[in-house]
Amino acid sequence: MIVLEKRPNPSRAWAFATPVLAVIATMIAGGLLFAALGKDPVLAIRTIFWDPLFGDFASYTRPQLLIKAGPLILIAVGLSFGFRAGIWNIGAEGQYILGALTGAAVGLAFYPTESRLVFPLMVAAGALGGIAWALIPALLKIRFGTNEILVSLMLVYVATNLLAYAALGPLQNPEGMGFPGSRNLSQWLAAANLELFPGTGIHWGVIAAGLAVIVAHVLLARHVFGFAVRLAGQSPRAAAFAGVSPSRLVLACMAMSGGLAGAAGLFEVTGPAGQISIDFNVGYGFTAIIVAFLGRLHPVGILLAGLLMALTYIGGEMAQLQLSLPAAAIQLFQGMLLFFLLAMDVLTQFRLRWKGAPVVPAPAAAAAPQEAS
Amino acid sequence: MSDVLLAIRGLTKAYPGVIANSDVSFDIRSASVHALLGENGAGKSTLVKTIYGLVRPDVGTMALGGRPYAPPEPRAARAAGVAMVFQHFSLFDALDVAENIALGMENPPPLRDLAARITEVSHEYGLPLDPRRSVGDLSAGERQRVEIIRCLLQSPRLLIMDEPTSVLTPQEVEILFRTLRQLRDEGMAILYISHKLEEIRALCEEATILRGGRVVATCDPRVTSARRMAEMMVGGTLRTPARTSVGGGEVVLEVASLTASSPRLHGTALRDVTFSVSRGEVLGIGGVAGNGQDELLLALSGEMRTAPGMVRLKGEPVGTCRPSERRARGLLCAPEERNGHASAPDMTLTENAFLTGRVREGLARRGLVNWGAATRFAERIIQSFDVRTPGPGVAARSLSGGNLQKFVIGREILQRPEVLVVNQPTWGVDAAAAAAIRQALLDLASQGAAVVVVSQDLDELMEISDRFAALNEGRLSPARPARGLSVEEIGLLLGGAHGMEVAHAHH
Repeated sequence: MIVLEKRPNPSRAWAFATPVLAVIATMIAGGLLFAALGKDPVLAIRTIFWDPLFGDFASYTRPQLLIKAGPLILIAVGLSFGFRAGIWNIGAEGQYILGALTGAAVGLAFYPTESRLVFPLMVAAGALGGIAWALIPALLKIRFGTNEILVSLMLVYVATNLLAYAALGPLQNPEGMGFPGSRNLSQWLAAANLELFPGTGIHWGVIAAGLAVIVAHVLLARHVFGFAVRLAGQSPRAAAFAGVSPSRLVLACMAMSGGLAGAAGLFEVTGPAGQISIDFNVGYGFTAIIVAFLGRLHPVGILLAGLLMALTYIGGEMAQLQLSLPAAAIQLFQGMLLFFLLAMDVLTQFRLRWKGAPVVPAPAAAAAPQEAS
Repeated sequence: MSDVLLAIRGLTKAYPGVIANSDVSFDIRSASVHALLGENGAGKSTLVKTIYGLVRPDVGTMALGGRPYAPPEPRAARAAGVAMVFQHFSLFDALDVAENIALGMENPPPLRDLAARITEVSHEYGLPLDPRRSVGDLSAGERQRVEIIRCLLQSPRLLIMDEPTSVLTPQEVEILFRTLRQLRDEGMAILYISHKLEEIRALCEEATILRGGRVVATCDPRVTSARRMAEMMVGGTLRTPARTSVGGGEVVLEVASLTASSPRLHGTALRDVTFSVSRGEVLGIGGVAGNGQDELLLALSGEMRTAPGMVRLKGEPVGTCRPSERRARGLLCAPEERNGHASAPDMTLTENAFLTGRVREGLARRGLVNWGAATRFAERIIQSFDVRTPGPGVAARSLSGGNLQKFVIGREILQRPEVLVVNQPTWGVDAAAAAAIRQALLDLASQGAAVVVVSQDLDELMEISDRFAALNEGRLSPARPARGLSVEEIGLLLGGAHGMEVAHAHH
């Protein structure tokens, strides 16, 4: 019989090993899934994990890696603080949309100015838009004790409707022949978030993601705020005793995740996406939740997890195209990754131990009660 | 002497890294109360769990009434006639007494018959209890009666009681002892586990003393002094806490008409609590747990905010101050629950030192934590208070209860508080560590700090307090000089025993 035994101290070695194990387990289970679908599992795994980096189209897919990973990392870093503190912002997708909307709206108000100030102003407006959207569940939680999971999630659907309204209404391109969608921001130099180094995919959003990782690492390791976040997540009562105010923590964590998600939305709308359109959001805000956990809520882990996730995205697309795997199978594959990671997580806190069968012979055990009567 | 009921021979049980029981042998006789003594970690609970079928020994045998006895699970132990009352009750607040008892039975009779049986047994043994009352409304003593009656309904031959008096008032202890003596006279064997040596001297005929998993001595507690038994438990001579100076300085902490509802669901509201403490003084606040102790501590630590003037520190109102601000001003606290309240179990000792030491020890500058200084602070606590641990980098949860408690108390004392409030400073702590903690509190007072000790342990309070007040249902009695207070007077201050009159009616 296998028994789980709690470790006196959490294992550091396993904390690093479990993500690797989870990826391997995902490859095995995913391979079985692809085999069941009648595809060559080795080829499928290779297409997903290898070809985007070193395959025939790598020169096209490698920059895509950073373009996809940038927003994932930026959003996930923001979410990780709240998740560590037990504040569950599930609505980063909505904050991402709002950031894109407010940022684009502020920018378009100055169209066609060619001032260098337009883009920074748009970034600030995007972050503020995300913060404002995230503060709605935060304030409702503090004031009325509502559940931030539900409220932030439901606000995603409000945000998608706002997006559709903006794309067809106030932000619609006046010269767009009636097509839905705003002006193309990536073609307006003052607002464009272009590739900074040709052929790398690095734009301002990727730079911001890198900075966020560094700042988050310093905050968590060295700053009182990071300590308060970790403490509140591990022992809420000890946090109260230490003097951490739960309300302020909710506000800070929600604002932080909302602000970064909003900024990510702005970087996306001015760069890779180019314009506000009905189908602007592609689920970065939700996938970032997986990235945050895959990276064990640690900034460096999130950096790696974001890259890995982007790889499965791009690889998944390639697998769909080249091997005609169904999109659902790719999503299932990504879901497996989170599942295995959480399942393996047990190993950092517990150790497995084999225990032999009970040594006492059964008749003796049965005899004891009879003797009493 | 009566017959041997349970014979224990050579029981050994090892866990990874520690031998809990090593070659333990002794006899428990019918119609006797047998004490099991030992410090925390001496192996008492493992031994008791073995008898009750929760733990299987590696080596060794037991015989119950002359027949081999090796219960694979508690159900078998109960069927063989062994019952146990645990230190922590397993009762559901929302259910009534009869329902709770039915839940713990193998084949519960219909509730109406059960209620009748409960009333019958409770009258027979002088344990007043109404089967239809909701457990959420019962005092700790009454809850314990529910557990005892649940056991008695099975007509056991051996009754195991783990620290039964820790939650009782002196009067309730008297009721319990009368019941236990009556059960003994009817032929039942009782295995009685307690830290309180005077109680054991009053109740038990035989005592087995464990130390480091081994039986180190047996004695007749009726003729052995409490000090001698304590020394056998610790394996050395015991230091009695000594005081150098007695209070009389200026008043530093004033609590005036403190009234506040509890933040918890089944908590007790504080009602008009008024007291003051001076420099160099130890104020003892006694009372059975759940009478507002936690709430009082929350109100003093700042986790619960009150009207400004309800708590005054050196004359300044601090009722609305946050915990860190109170610390900065010199008011420090150590809550009862060391795991998860006073410390974060999964964090290292360094991080836990930072937890309250940030302000007064200057462990953070401009928001950046100075982990080097925090580690040195943690090391200082470990050294000054003899905390047994590999180092400040280990998680708090890997420390034993006594060591963590020394760390938590030491952390506050080393910050040179002007007022220190501690709740249950020696709860579940072994004798040597408890003595060290009490001495540290007295030393702190003699250096001019005001100390408030909230505790259920009356012996402890009598030993270290200058003045004594009792907390009962959220109200605090006026403080009286501790010297010369009799146990009866204290009992009355504590609000007496719940339902005592009924008990007298049957005796």
